[in-house]
Amino acid sequence: MHFEYRVQGGDFVRAGQASSQVKKILKQLNVSPNIIKRVVVALYEGEVNIVAHAFQGKIYVDIETDKIRVVLDDVGPGIPDIDLAMKPGYSTASPIVREMGFGAGMGLPNIKENTDKMKIASVVGVGTRLEFEVNLKE
Amino acid sequence: MKIGELAQLVDGNVVCGHAMLDREIEYAFASDLMSDVLTVRADKLLLITGLANMQAVRTAEMADIPAIVFVRNKTISEDMIQLAEDNGIVLIESPFTMFRASGILYSKGVKPVY
Repeated sequence: MHFEYRVQGGDFVRAGQASSQVKKILKQLNVSPNIIKRVVVALYEGEVNIVAHAFQGKIYVDIETDKIRVVLDDVGPGIPDIDLAMKPGYSTASPIVREMGFGAGMGLPNIKENTDKMKIASVVGVGTRLEFEVNLKE
Repeated sequence: MKIGELAQLVDGNVVCGHAMLDREIEYAFASDLMSDVLTVRADKLLLITGLANMQAVRTAEMADIPAIVFVRNKTISEDMIQLAEDNGIVLIESPFTMFRASGILYSKGVKPVY
C-alpha cells in the first residue's frame, strides 16, 4: 500500500496530521500497539522537522506485509553537518519552534532510536531526505 | 490510579473524555518539551504540561498517552478538545503549578518513568 502526504513548512496547527492518518491505517491493519507507537513517534518527529525547518515537504509511506518504509522529502535549507544534527541536544530551531514544544535537539536521535533502518541525505540550500524502515513483525 | 481520582487530587477540571475517567494511570512525566515526551516508552502514562497547544495533544496521540493535565491555569482551546475527543484522550485543567501537581501525584503513588 502506498500513501502520500503534503506538509507545509511553518504550519504548526496541522503538524501531525499525516502521522495521525498513518497511525489510523496501521491500527486498521492490526499492527501491534508497540510497533505503531515506534512508527508514529518517528514519523511525527520527521513531520515536525519539516514544519519547523523546511518550506514544504512530502511524505511517502509504503506498507508491506513485514515492514513499513517512510520517505520524508523536503524543500528547505538542508543540514550542513548531519553528524552534528544527530547529536542529542543539538538544534537550530527558531524560538517559535521552541514555543511549540520542539527544538530540543532530540528529534533525529529519537527517530534513529525508534526505527530499524534510517538514512538521511541533505543538500544545503536545496533540501533534506530522511528515509526510515520499521519491521512490522515483532 | 484512576484518571478521575488524579483529576480530583490536582483540583482539576475535566474538559473532555469523561467516559474514560476509569482508565488507570501508572506513570507520569512532567514537561513542556514535547521532544522529551516523545522519548518516553512507558505505557499508562500521564502527561503533566504547561504547554497548552495542539502539539501537546498530538504528542499524546502519537505516544498513546491517555490523559493530559494542563497546569498553571492554561486555557484549552476548542481545536485541542476536538482532537482529544477524536482520539479518546482526557484533558484536565489544573490551577496548580507543575511542581505542586507533580508532588501531589508522586506522593499518592504515581511513578516516575526514571
